[in-house]
Amino acid sequence: MLEQTDNTILRDAASDDVAVLALDRITKTFPGVKALSEVSLQLYPGKVTALIGENGAGKSTVVKTMTGIYQPDGGAILVGGKVTKFPVPQAASDHGVTAIHQETVLFDELSVAENIFLGHAPRGAFGLIDLKKMAERAREILNGIGANIDPEHKLKDLGIANKHLVAVARALSIDARVVIMDEPTAALSHKEIEELYELVETLKAQGKAILFISHKFDEIFRIADNYTVFRDGQLIGDGAIADVSEPDLVKMMVGRDVSQIFPTRDSSPGDTILRVEGYSHPTEFEDIGFFLRKGEILGFYGLVGAGRSELMQALFGITRPSGGTVEIDGAPVQIKSPADAVDSGIVYVPEDRGKQGAILDLPIFQNVTLPSLGRISSKGFLKLAEEFKLAREYTERLDLRAASLDTHVGNLSGGNQQKVVIAKWLATKPKVIILDEPTKGVDIGSKAAVHEFMAELAAQGLAVIMVSSEIPEVLGMSDRVIVMREGRMVAELANGDLQPETLVRHAAGI
Amino acid sequence: MLKRILTSRETLLVGAIILLLALISSRFPGFVAPSNLANVFNDTSPLILLAIGQMIVILTKCIDLSVAANLALTGMVVSMVNVAAPGLPIVVILMIAIGLGTILGMINGILVWKLAIPPIVVTLGTMTIFRGIIFVISDGKWVNSHEMSPAFKAFPRAEFLGLPVLGWIAIFAVIIFTIVMTRTTLGRAFHAAGGNPHAATYAGINVGKTQFCAFTISGALAGLTGYLWVSRFAVSYVDIAGGFELDVVAACVIGGVSIMGGIGTVTGALLGALFLGIIKNALPVVDISPFWQLAISGGAIIIAVALNAQANREKGRIILKRAEHAT
Amino acid sequence: MSTTDRFVPDRLQSPLEQRLKSWETLLLLVAIGIFVANSFASPYFLNAWNLSDATFNFTEKAMIAFAMALLIISGEIDLSVASIIALASTAMGAAVQMGVGMPGLVLIGLGVGLLCGAFNGLLVTRMGLPSIVVTIGTMSLFRGISFIVLGDQAFRGYPQSFSWFGQGYVWWVISFEFVLFAIIALIYAILLHKTNFGRAVYAIGNNATGAMFSGIRVQRVKFTLFLLTGLMSGVAAICLTARLGSTRPSIATGWELEIVTMVVLGGVSILGGSGTIIGVVIAAFVMGLVTFGLGLLNVPGIVMSIVIGALLIGVIALPRLWSMWRAR
Repeated sequence: MLEQTDNTILRDAASDDVAVLALDRITKTFPGVKALSEVSLQLYPGKVTALIGENGAGKSTVVKTMTGIYQPDGGAILVGGKVTKFPVPQAASDHGVTAIHQETVLFDELSVAENIFLGHAPRGAFGLIDLKKMAERAREILNGIGANIDPEHKLKDLGIANKHLVAVARALSIDARVVIMDEPTAALSHKEIEELYELVETLKAQGKAILFISHKFDEIFRIADNYTVFRDGQLIGDGAIADVSEPDLVKMMVGRDVSQIFPTRDSSPGDTILRVEGYSHPTEFEDIGFFLRKGEILGFYGLVGAGRSELMQALFGITRPSGGTVEIDGAPVQIKSPADAVDSGIVYVPEDRGKQGAILDLPIFQNVTLPSLGRISSKGFLKLAEEFKLAREYTERLDLRAASLDTHVGNLSGGNQQKVVIAKWLATKPKVIILDEPTKGVDIGSKAAVHEFMAELAAQGLAVIMVSSEIPEVLGMSDRVIVMREGRMVAELANGDLQPETLVRHAAGI
Repeated sequence: MLKRILTSRETLLVGAIILLLALISSRFPGFVAPSNLANVFNDTSPLILLAIGQMIVILTKCIDLSVAANLALTGMVVSMVNVAAPGLPIVVILMIAIGLGTILGMINGILVWKLAIPPIVVTLGTMTIFRGIIFVISDGKWVNSHEMSPAFKAFPRAEFLGLPVLGWIAIFAVIIFTIVMTRTTLGRAFHAAGGNPHAATYAGINVGKTQFCAFTISGALAGLTGYLWVSRFAVSYVDIAGGFELDVVAACVIGGVSIMGGIGTVTGALLGALFLGIIKNALPVVDISPFWQLAISGGAIIIAVALNAQANREKGRIILKRAEHAT
Repeated sequence: MSTTDRFVPDRLQSPLEQRLKSWETLLLLVAIGIFVANSFASPYFLNAWNLSDATFNFTEKAMIAFAMALLIISGEIDLSVASIIALASTAMGAAVQMGVGMPGLVLIGLGVGLLCGAFNGLLVTRMGLPSIVVTIGTMSLFRGISFIVLGDQAFRGYPQSFSWFGQGYVWWVISFEFVLFAIIALIYAILLHKTNFGRAVYAIGNNATGAMFSGIRVQRVKFTLFLLTGLMSGVAAICLTARLGSTRPSIATGWELEIVTMVVLGGVSILGGSGTIIGVVIAAFVMGLVTFGLGLLNVPGIVMSIVIGALLIGVIALPRLWSMWRAR
């Protein structure tokens, strides 16, 4: 039941229902990549199916195939048992298939009602959109899911959780039979997630088939009825959640036993290198104070939106604080831009690698040397040989895998891209390195390598700040942990035998 | 709700226009006489027509720099058709003008949609090509007033309720496109495709095709304006409406249309055009040399875009409870 | 390059190999083709003095195009360059009326160019406004000021020593302008391809946020690029005014489009991030040769604009059509 190596379709033995939507041996190839290889998937009315897989397993390709954005190269889509084609996204929604995407893909400048009914608005005289009816129906749908939102407000005036509800309302407005939720809880707070679970239950009760894509095993076991596991574009296994355990799912997902092992560290921190006091920002964080020693890893834990990344970006000079002091090696520093931060020895590995961390269309060596151009040039003129030497030195230290140093960073895997970003900063010989969700979007295999490397950096005397939302990572790597909630520091904990529950309690304020 | 209406760009612009009119009329009351205002509106009508088309194009994250050249080429073609066949009814002339303008717009649209060439490059190119074609077909010669048929020249000037047909056409265009933009699927698609192209694709909107439609509309309006322009001024030559595309973009920017796409209304384009039109018509009245006009519209663009940017500045995430209540 | 058993090589292709497959090589072949075609089409083409005259078709525009290339690579654009020429020329003309001599005129020309560039740069980098709108605005504003000053009049009476910048020859048929063009091309090629600054320009054009997060002072670099573009417009204003010997407010009308065309034809991506100076140099020659060749065949200037417009679209469209056709 666990390892389905032959890709046969596993039937839901417990149910005699016909799948409302099924994929039958779908194949999709992109230049150079086989994104999906004969994968099958069945969704049943009133059931939540969890789609599980690592990054790059083919989950988003499957969603795009099911919603008519991609056309499969082989295999068939069956709606209610009949072979159907979705040549355009509209065709998918005509068949009642709708997706709520990871980032809420809606329109800031349009009203809530227009967002809900874009493409299928109620018509009045002369075939024109009936604005009044549209607002009324939007209100009905929103009330139906317990959302108290004015349909005539512009979407940009709404918070992230409400935007999400609008996306759900949009899905309901087309009388969807299949609702695809792509990592819906990624940007939501604890309370909002609970509300989302209730919503899923409501949808289930209405007989809708739900495909729930998630990384988080706790929520999969909480709300899913069935599971389907993908790995490297192939179907690995599927069945009822009741018949499977978490370690089994993890094993299917990664293809081997992974007990998350963190490097053992001999933590004997040195002198204090960074001291932050009374650090505040007008809207993002307030009265932050902490210190950091050489050779230490300081973890920052909190819920998404607790202000951790915002604090780090202020320390790195992206935004301006409204008050407080930052001292490096006992001397106060004024950081007004990232360039100032780098000069002071503070570097930042951002969470958003594609936009902020790396320059994807430039070659590896140019990415690595970008902050260190002064060191590989004389009087502003570049010395190419020294540039390659510097790039080689640091990429080798990180064991970067690439065809050549002039390969574009965009062509590398997530893990190797992260190595380029870290190499770039190590080449500046920093004193403090801030890593923001360092293993996000990095496949499980490479995660261990990043962890090991962090431990090594600390062992060499570098002071490390790690922002992470993954509790095992925080507990496994940090010497001390600071917990933030709603822009404030709520706890500073030594990591002796720190329990996960302690972190969650502080972060959620319970 | 009321607060949102009061602080909206359109309201501010109406305020600015009223203030402008008040300033002028305090010295020259004749300027705000209904007949003169009708005259100013009529004079601004070509700008209004083109600004509506441009607004739709900019809404989809594109720009159409070829509108004035389209206008000039269509104007030359209908003038020459009129010279060759003076008896042709005006309806046919109008159909030729709109049809040719539409085709020219579609050429831009196809290049943007099917070949994914940046709109600024496409329309810079077609702008020079269209002007060149005028020279080739006219051999550089003018079509003068006495060569045009009386009916050809009379159409835009015919008055109805004190306003010439030209002005009425602008009013109709404003009404029709307000309905198109707020009450049709295509109108919402323009907003969606420019506001969030990624999401528009997910919502089943073909972004490239929507941009193609925007260029087609812009071209049709430019073609229509081409006939109205040459018949009203009773002359047609290579350089008519030279540089007018910048006034059109200026009207949109002043009207609050965001060059980044997704933000803009027909009312905004109308008000932006009127603002420039009033200034242009007021200069000779208040005895300022017309040579000031260019610098004033330049200054107005810069001020308008600075104001737009202030209004649309991205707010950071508000995390602190205290700050949330303060705003 | 030694052949050690390194796991990750520096490069897979040699720089020479990359260059041979590049846009610039294709463009050079086009330029040679046009040259040969011209020399067959007209007996007057292969004449040293005629060819020398032909260079005036592009030298002034190309000077601005080099700075514009950097600006476009960084992801910005300046449509006000021709209007800066008008304003700088008007300022020099006004100074002549007050009896300012040659050195003073040059300083005024360069100074006005820098000031205009600084104005654009401040609006874009300090206020965060989109450069395409800002420079459409200043395009009207700068030329508008010239119109306010001059109306339908013209400034004349530039001193003989000043005229040399537009009419003088350094040696035989080699004009001062051509020498200046070559020197400026060299300076910009070094600046873009061999310095920290140039590397920052590419990084910003590819991903301005990423560049800022890498410690590049993005706004400072962009401001400098606007300054440089303004300065080059000032230089071009000096050459053009000296060549024409008079200033009208309509001077250099429409040049911004020809300059952008030259830059794009030279292989610079209008979306930013890539392009070379040598490409722009070859594009300048191509446009100069086309204009000159058609001129010899008595084709009027406006018809050439059809060719230029078609070139602009064609150079981007053809490779895309080709790859679409091959993908079938």
